[in-house]
Amino acid sequence: MKILFFARLRELLGSDCFEIADADCPADVAALRAMLRLSVNAQLAESLADPNVFCAVNQKVAGEDQTLKSSDEVAFFPPMTGG
Amino acid sequence: MFSVAISKEPLDVSALTRDFPRSAAETGAVVTFTGFVRGEGISALALEHYPGMTEQSILDSIHSAARRWPVQSVQVVHRVGELAAGEPIVWLAVGAGHRAAAFSACEFVMDYLKISAPLWKRERDLEGNWHWVDAKIADRDRARRWGGGAIA
Repeated sequence: MKILFFARLRELLGSDCFEIADADCPADVAALRAMLRLSVNAQLAESLADPNVFCAVNQKVAGEDQTLKSSDEVAFFPPMTGG
Repeated sequence: MFSVAISKEPLDVSALTRDFPRSAAETGAVVTFTGFVRGEGISALALEHYPGMTEQSILDSIHSAARRWPVQSVQVVHRVGELAAGEPIVWLAVGAGHRAAAFSACEFVMDYLKISAPLWKRERDLEGNWHWVDAKIADRDRARRWGGGAIA
């Protein structure tokens, strides 16, 4: 299962994606955030705990209780600054 | 006709405006908006997006606008990559029968694009260092004045 990171979070990770084994797919977004926080550096872990950091599942912004399956495309990114 | 494009190439605002689809019989107003890179204190700007989600998110904002106002056509073109001061960063046009719908829908789509389209800016300062731009609370408040049900 691939987790995509954009903008400042991608820079903190040092890569645009992080892989976890399909068998380890967490139940929901909140559980995924908790799992990732244990695996990444302190700065990125802090960002993942920030409620202003968005999670998108299959390219739609998702709430913390959205359930996940290993085939989902999941992404984390900071608040948008386009336009 | 609703369309959204993300462009790595500079925007040709004159060509976009000239080619914007309108009906001789029915289009009474076309409102366009162009956003430019403000060069104050920066030497360059760079934009990153989430391919697929960015386009769909802007399209969702357009559909949301079309449910509120009788618009005929809406087109958005947004730049990504590195831009210099003074370059156009986003171009938007709305065609409608009358100006009120075109003005309102144009502003609505821009307001929602700012807070809901996955695009992120970095600025290069005059010393050559890159910094991510923080989201502005004012942009969120501006979008919210359209009402809670409008979140695209």
